[in-house]
Amino acid sequence: MVAGIVIGIIVVVLLIVFVATYNSLVRRRNQVKNAWAQIDVQLKRRYDLIPNLVETAKGYMKHERETLEAVTNARNLAQQLSSAGAGERAKAEGELSSALSRLLAVVENYPDLKANQNFLALQEELTSTENKISFSRQYYNDSVLGYNNQTQMFPSSIVASMTGFKPTEFFEVTLAAEREAPKVSFT
Amino acid sequence: MGALLILIGYLIGLYFFDNATAGLIIAILVWAVLSLIGYFQGDSILLGMSRAKKISRDDHPRLYNVVEEMKIASGLEKIPDIYIIDDPALNAFATGRDPNRASVAITSGLLQKLNRDELQGVIAHEISHVKNRDVLLMAMCSILLGTIVILAWYGSRIMIFGSMTGSRRSSSSGGGGQGQIIILVVALVFMILAPIFAQLIYFAISRKREYLADASAALYTRYPEGLASALEKLGASTGQLKSASKATAPMYIVNPFRKRGVKASDLSSTHPPLSERIRILRAMAGASFTDYDQAYRQVHQQGKGVIPATSLSAETVPITSTKLEGELGEPDQIQRVRETSDVMWRLSNYTTITCDCGAKLRVPPKFKEPIVQCPHCGRTHRV
Repeated sequence: MVAGIVIGIIVVVLLIVFVATYNSLVRRRNQVKNAWAQIDVQLKRRYDLIPNLVETAKGYMKHERETLEAVTNARNLAQQLSSAGAGERAKAEGELSSALSRLLAVVENYPDLKANQNFLALQEELTSTENKISFSRQYYNDSVLGYNNQTQMFPSSIVASMTGFKPTEFFEVTLAAEREAPKVSFT
Repeated sequence: MGALLILIGYLIGLYFFDNATAGLIIAILVWAVLSLIGYFQGDSILLGMSRAKKISRDDHPRLYNVVEEMKIASGLEKIPDIYIIDDPALNAFATGRDPNRASVAITSGLLQKLNRDELQGVIAHEISHVKNRDVLLMAMCSILLGTIVILAWYGSRIMIFGSMTGSRRSSSSGGGGQGQIIILVVALVFMILAPIFAQLIYFAISRKREYLADASAALYTRYPEGLASALEKLGASTGQLKSASKATAPMYIVNPFRKRGVKASDLSSTHPPLSERIRILRAMAGASFTDYDQAYRQVHQQGKGVIPATSLSAETVPITSTKLEGELGEPDQIQRVRETSDVMWRLSNYTTITCDCGAKLRVPPKFKEPIVQCPHCGRTHRV
C-alpha cells in the first residue's frame, strides 16, 4: 500500500517534470523561429533599399561602376538564396554586407552625394538596417544557443530526443571582409 | 517593505481602534487604491508630468531606428512608444506596466549631445528596464513607499495632537495608562522611522536595478563603451531637469537632482555614482553578465557581485571592436542640434519654411496671413 503511494507520487512528479521540460523546449523552439523571422524581415528590407541607393548614387559616382555593380549582383544573389539554409544564406548575406560597406566607404570621395538629402536618408536607413540585421542575428544566435543547450544537456536531452527536438544551425558570418569594417581616413 | 506597511497598519489599528484588523484594512485599502491608479494610469501620468511629446518614425528617423535596433537586440515583441522631452538637461527614462505597453522618453538636450553609439547605449539601458520589468517593480515599490509615508505622516500627526488635547478615548479599555503609553511611544518612534527605512530599502532596490540595466545594455549592444561614454557626457552636465520630481526620480537614467562634484552618498541615492558605473563598464573584459559581475567586483574590491546568480552563464560574449556605422556619414553635433530643434518646432505645430537666402522661418500655428516675408532678405513666401 505504502509502496504503491510512493511509486504513484514518483510517477506524478516525473510526469510534471516531463511536461514542464517539453513546454519549455517548445517555447524555446518558437523563440528561435521568431528570431529567424526577424532576420528575414530585415534582410528583405535591405533588398528593397539597395536599388534605391544604387539609383541615387549612380548619378554622382561616374567612376565607381564596378563597386555599384558588385552591390547589385551581391543583392540579387542573396535574394535568390533567400530560401536556402542558414549556413549558405549567411555566406551570401555576408558577401552583400561587405560589398555595401565598400560602397559606403567610397562615398566619402563624393561630397556632392554626401550632401544629397535623399541619399543621407537612405544611408541612415541602410546603416540602421545593417545594425538591425546584426542585432537580430545576435538575438537569433542567443536563442539557438539556449535551445541547443536544452536539447543536448541532461536531463532535458531525454525529453528532447523522445519528442523529436533537434539542435539548430547558428547564423555565423565567417567572411573576414565583413568582420573588419573598412577604415578610411582623409587628411 | 510590505512587512513595514503591515506593521504600521497594525500599530495604527491598535492605537486608534483598539483593533489591529481595522488598521490593517485601512493600510491595505490605501495601498490598493494607489496601486490600481499607478498600474493603469502610471505611465500617462509620468509622461504628462514631464511634458513629453510622442514622436513617429518620420519625426526623428535616427532615434526611431536606434530604438528599433534595441528592441530587436533585446527580443521585445513590440517597439515601445518614443517620446521627446523639450528640455536642455540630459536625461532619459522608460515607463510602462508591461513590455508590450512601454514607452521610452529622452530629453532633446541628450538627443543633441550623443552620437549614435552613445544613444544606442542609453536606449539599451532604458529598454533593459522595460525588458527586466523594472518599471513595474519600481512603480509598485514607490507606491508602497508612498502609502507608508502617507499613513505614517497622518498617523503620527493625529497621535501627537490627539495626546496633546488629552481627549484620548480609550480609557474604557481599562488596561491602565502605562501600557497605553508604551504602545504610544513605540508606535510614534516606529512611525517616524518607517518612512526612512522604507526609503532606504527602495533606494537599494533601485540601485541594484540600475546595475542590472547597465549590464543588460552592455550585453544587448555588445559595446559597453557606448554607454560608458554617454554616462560621461551625462556626468559632465549640471542641468537639473525641470519637470522631474522626487517621486519620478528613479525612472531616469541618471538622478535628475544630482549636483556637480557631489558623489551621491551610498545609502540615500536612487542611482549608483556615475563615475563608478563608468568604471565598471570600462573594466569589462567581454559583454556578458559574468563579465559585468567580475568588473563590479574588481571596482568594489569585494567578493559579492551584483547580478543574480541565475542569470550568470559560462558563455563568452565578445565585445564588438569595429562598428559598421563608425564615423561614416554620421551627423556632427551642430547638425544634431538643428535636426532636434526642427523636430521640436514641428511637434509644436510650427511650419518651417526654408528661404532661398538660407534662413529658416518658423511660422506659428496661429498665423493666419497667406504669405510671410523673410526678415533676412525680404523675399515673400506662401504659407
